[in-house]
Amino acid sequence: MRTRQLELSGWGRTSPSAARLVVADADELDRTVLDELAEPRGIIARGMGRAYGDPAQNAGGAVVRLARGPIVLDPRAGTVHVGAGVSLDELLRHVVPRGFFVPVSPGTRFVTVGGAIASDIHGKNHHADGTFGAHVESMTILLADGTRRAITPASDPTLWWATVGGMGLTGIIVDATVKLLPIETSRCLVLTERVPNLDSLLERMETGDHLHRYSVAWVDMVATGAHLGRAVLTRGDHATYDELVAERPSAGDDPLAFAPAGLAAVPHGMPNVLNRLAVRAFNELWYRKAPSSHLGLESITGFFHPLDMVGDWNRLYGRGGFLQYQFVVPFEAVDTLRTIVATVAASGHASFLAVLKRFGPESGGLLSFPTPGWTLTLDLPAAVAGLGGLVGELDRMVLDAGGRHYLAKDATATPEIIRAGYPRLDEWLEIRRLVDPTGRWISDQARRLDLY
Amino acid sequence: MNNAVHQPQTVLVLGGTSDIGQAIVSALVSPSLRRVILAVRNPDTVDVGALSFGSAEISTVAFDAADAQQHEQLIADVVERHGDLDVVIQAFGQLGAPGLEDPVAAAELATVNYVGAVSSGLAVARRLRTQGHGTLVVLSSVAGVRTRASNFVYGSTKAGQDAFATGLGQSLHGSGARVMTVRPGFVRSSMTTGMPEAPFSVDVGDVATAVVAGLRKGRSVVWVPGILQVVFGLLRYAPDVVWRRLDR
Repeated sequence: MRTRQLELSGWGRTSPSAARLVVADADELDRTVLDELAEPRGIIARGMGRAYGDPAQNAGGAVVRLARGPIVLDPRAGTVHVGAGVSLDELLRHVVPRGFFVPVSPGTRFVTVGGAIASDIHGKNHHADGTFGAHVESMTILLADGTRRAITPASDPTLWWATVGGMGLTGIIVDATVKLLPIETSRCLVLTERVPNLDSLLERMETGDHLHRYSVAWVDMVATGAHLGRAVLTRGDHATYDELVAERPSAGDDPLAFAPAGLAAVPHGMPNVLNRLAVRAFNELWYRKAPSSHLGLESITGFFHPLDMVGDWNRLYGRGGFLQYQFVVPFEAVDTLRTIVATVAASGHASFLAVLKRFGPESGGLLSFPTPGWTLTLDLPAAVAGLGGLVGELDRMVLDAGGRHYLAKDATATPEIIRAGYPRLDEWLEIRRLVDPTGRWISDQARRLDLY
Repeated sequence: MNNAVHQPQTVLVLGGTSDIGQAIVSALVSPSLRRVILAVRNPDTVDVGALSFGSAEISTVAFDAADAQQHEQLIADVVERHGDLDVVIQAFGQLGAPGLEDPVAAAELATVNYVGAVSSGLAVARRLRTQGHGTLVVLSSVAGVRTRASNFVYGSTKAGQDAFATGLGQSLHGSGARVMTVRPGFVRSSMTTGMPEAPFSVDVGDVATAVVAGLRKGRSVVWVPGILQVVFGLLRYAPDVVWRRLDR
């Protein structure tokens, strides 16, 4: 067990706070150690620190990072038993060459399995496969009293669905058994289309998403007028062996090759280079270079994790950091989506490429974010004057439309906003108080949003 | 907790009747702001009903800047009642230009402006370090950058407070707690009514705007208006004869 005192922040690098960071094997966290760590200001688990805001910080308290743990693949069952501290990067390097893929992948490989469950993350296949939590068969959780419990959705449904999406506030997830997706190759067959405006984008996604396992659109949030909401829509599926060799015969020798390399890292001390002018130029270039329509092979990294190729890309926003604002509104509130895109485009705030996606059904997690509807994700430099006002305006539009905000991205919400978006919050609070009566698990986000 | 756009939930103003202190709180109003605590000499004289900071709940607590003994307990009581402190504004202070004939008045001024700033500043800093986050905003003054014949006692108290605050900020590095020292020029407020205005005068609202911008940018020192940083950068080195002529 290693301990040090330092300031921690989320991936957005906003609102840092100081805590005691403890790197430990799950076995070391017995009752005595927990009692000691919980004083004076509680404990929260932290994975790779990729949540954007403050859910993996605990000002003045303890933050626990689990050491890696095992990766045990059962190829016959198509499952993997994995330590919660293992990252999807490590997991993919192990299972892809053996013919499996994670059931759900977010936009980065650098999240842990524990974080993936606690945030009940989603990916480009949510409309087809649901959230990460939906593919977890069992897990072990360390409870506030120091005991460990092995749970499944059938054995402990209340604790299970309070933990999936529960932001680490019911206990520390120690390990999990996850159902994997069998794949024949490590490539995806991807259809890339340039779409001139928001209306045709929505129409294409509504009518065509169900034909593909993966679908996502990158929207230019700076374009206005006739170009409002122009986008590049990418949809794809894992390439079969036959599709791979038909496109690229040489790849047939090693169809499951997977060895992603990082290209370069952004240095420390970079000022914010993503101002409105730069973002406008980049978006223009990126839109123009996209083919009007093209079907081709892409690597896992190229298709799922393009930003992982640039290390520490969050530094591009400078010392002030950035905000990732993600919300979902029901399908019938498509007018709100239009208004929000127009409001942001006209606001003068420079949102780098935004991501638009259609969600399928809910997972059952009481605080799980995905619910049927349109979800839009914006990246905004945080230190720009007036951003608080814009976010407040968007918050109202989202809630008026019956939408909600993603806790793993949230960095600005209020208790009222979360209460309005999550109708089952009280149910969750009741379970939390039952399994953690003294409020031992606590994060800066939980303090900010009264999640205790 | 402060959120990612530096909107606090709980704000404590030491010297809660100060125009500048209240203007800063007004500028910090957002849907996140929930609690405003005004620490004032006599809570009975403050009409809380007449104040409004968005939807925040306003309360008062008795605070005597000159009574160093009570400061630690006061902070502990406020935290006990209201929880973590996100922004604490050290806004108390007295103006006055006691001269050679009034050393007692000068000592009183120094006790409030400097000694009070040190003891309350340390009590606040200790709490912020324990909770691992939060910002102490210290209202200093350009009067302390180079003291003048017409108000050198006041200027010296501000020089001391300023030096204390910037040093305190250094000592808190890495603790999650921060100190932001604010150096306004002449501010038009109830404290300065009737006094002749100096060049680069500002309103309390200008100070508040600069403070909020400073918090957003994570500044450790803020000059109001910003040009005073350049002006005083030069004036510090002006020959004495020039400096005396400017002090009219």
